[in-house]
Amino acid sequence: MTNGGAGTYETSVEGGKHWSFIMRSGMQLRMIDSRGGANVGMLFFNPQNPLERYNAPDTLKCQHTFKLTKGHCLYSDMGRIFCSIVEDSVGWHDTVCGTTTRRLVAERWGERSYQEYRNEWTQNGHDAFLVEGGKYGLGRRDLAANVNWFSKAWVADDGALIFDANNSAAGQFVDLRFEMDSLVLLHTCPHPLNSAGQYPRNPVLLQFSKAQPVQNDDFCLNSRPENARGFANTELYRFGNTGDGR
Amino acid sequence: MSDVRQVSGFGAEGGLGAESTRLPGEAVFRQVVPAGEYWINSVKRDQVLRIVDTEGNQSADTLLFNAADISDRYSAVDTIRAQRNVYLSCGSRLLSTGGNVLAQIVADTVGRHDTLGGACAAESNTVRYALDKRSMHSCRDSWLLAVAQHDHLGLNKRDLSHNINFFMNVPVTPQGGLSFADGLSGPGHYVELQAAMDIIVLISNCPQLNNPCNAYNPTPLEVLIWNPDVR
Repeated sequence: MTNGGAGTYETSVEGGKHWSFIMRSGMQLRMIDSRGGANVGMLFFNPQNPLERYNAPDTLKCQHTFKLTKGHCLYSDMGRIFCSIVEDSVGWHDTVCGTTTRRLVAERWGERSYQEYRNEWTQNGHDAFLVEGGKYGLGRRDLAANVNWFSKAWVADDGALIFDANNSAAGQFVDLRFEMDSLVLLHTCPHPLNSAGQYPRNPVLLQFSKAQPVQNDDFCLNSRPENARGFANTELYRFGNTGDGR
Repeated sequence: MSDVRQVSGFGAEGGLGAESTRLPGEAVFRQVVPAGEYWINSVKRDQVLRIVDTEGNQSADTLLFNAADISDRYSAVDTIRAQRNVYLSCGSRLLSTGGNVLAQIVADTVGRHDTLGGACAAESNTVRYALDKRSMHSCRDSWLLAVAQHDHLGLNKRDLSHNINFFMNVPVTPQGGLSFADGLSGPGHYVELQAAMDIIVLISNCPQLNNPCNAYNPTPLEVLIWNPDVR
């Protein structure tokens, strides 16, 4: 990790790895696809009550969208907003394809054991979430549909699900502004529909900073009437919490 | 099409409007589930569960659990990824979080069912409709009551996850839009699941009063179960 100065913090996560942290309300996370073709699997929980967690169906249906991009908010099952997508140079992020399992990785790319390959082993998203979740008392029953940042799978008229291998190029980024304290579990394992010949191992750069306060003309707040109500629910949850003045 | 194995085989190649020849009089279990109520029951391996949309355009918000390991439960994302299609229909294998087949759709007179839209909740109603809808009845409240009243099963809120909405129509566009459209279902339409292992099925018959999909009129479902050796 390096301190980027002016209250920012920057670190890189190699491909095929995992991490977790708590983002405070009012903080911002920029994720940058360092080499192109990255995938970041992500789950969100309320650290004060982990039974409140990211809910992909609620997120999609209340914003009438199948993809995630700028202006969208990521909802918990309690009608509150973990974070808002305040900038996005990619345009499409997936939240319906789930994550790789050990079996899927073995079938598609062949399993590379830790014993033989050390840091070049083929970690999978499911096990990565279990490891990170376990640090907070979470287990198999707590896993849910995750976000796959930088990845796109679109739907043809007959419902067929089609992966776009060229969705994200080197340098593209997405900015998440956290509207409530959030436990974030993440991994950089490949998207489960990625059919690359070799296990994709793409790094991401993470930049942490303090977000600008939400103004009345905020893009996410106003992108849909549902989001104004989601912000109202989140505001009520923070009622009386003057920690950061927001 | 006189026995379950044949029906199961036919299901894999079936498509729109695949009807069943099972006779309601031969079912070993039959129950009406009014709107706003839940149904939770075990379905044994190879038994067939039929869910009937008795009056049309209802939503059966359904969760499945591996009876021998409740942490291994229905996974919408694994199911649609494995079949490379976002809609469920005859032949769809309903996968668990552990990658196991819990059940297969072996008959379906509707043609497609949703598994993206999730279940309504008091909290999501406040976002979708209005803040003062908070106190209205919802599927997730029914599920919570179901697992509390059947706590011997060991289920709780963490197990109430991303479900199937039988009879719901949630079309997705190539551009990434998602909408709630008028149902493809109608009075008497049904879907049949054949259990691939012993499973627990939890259904909320959706009480939603805010969505035009059911013409603001939630109606009863009926569930029937047949043994595999029915004939």
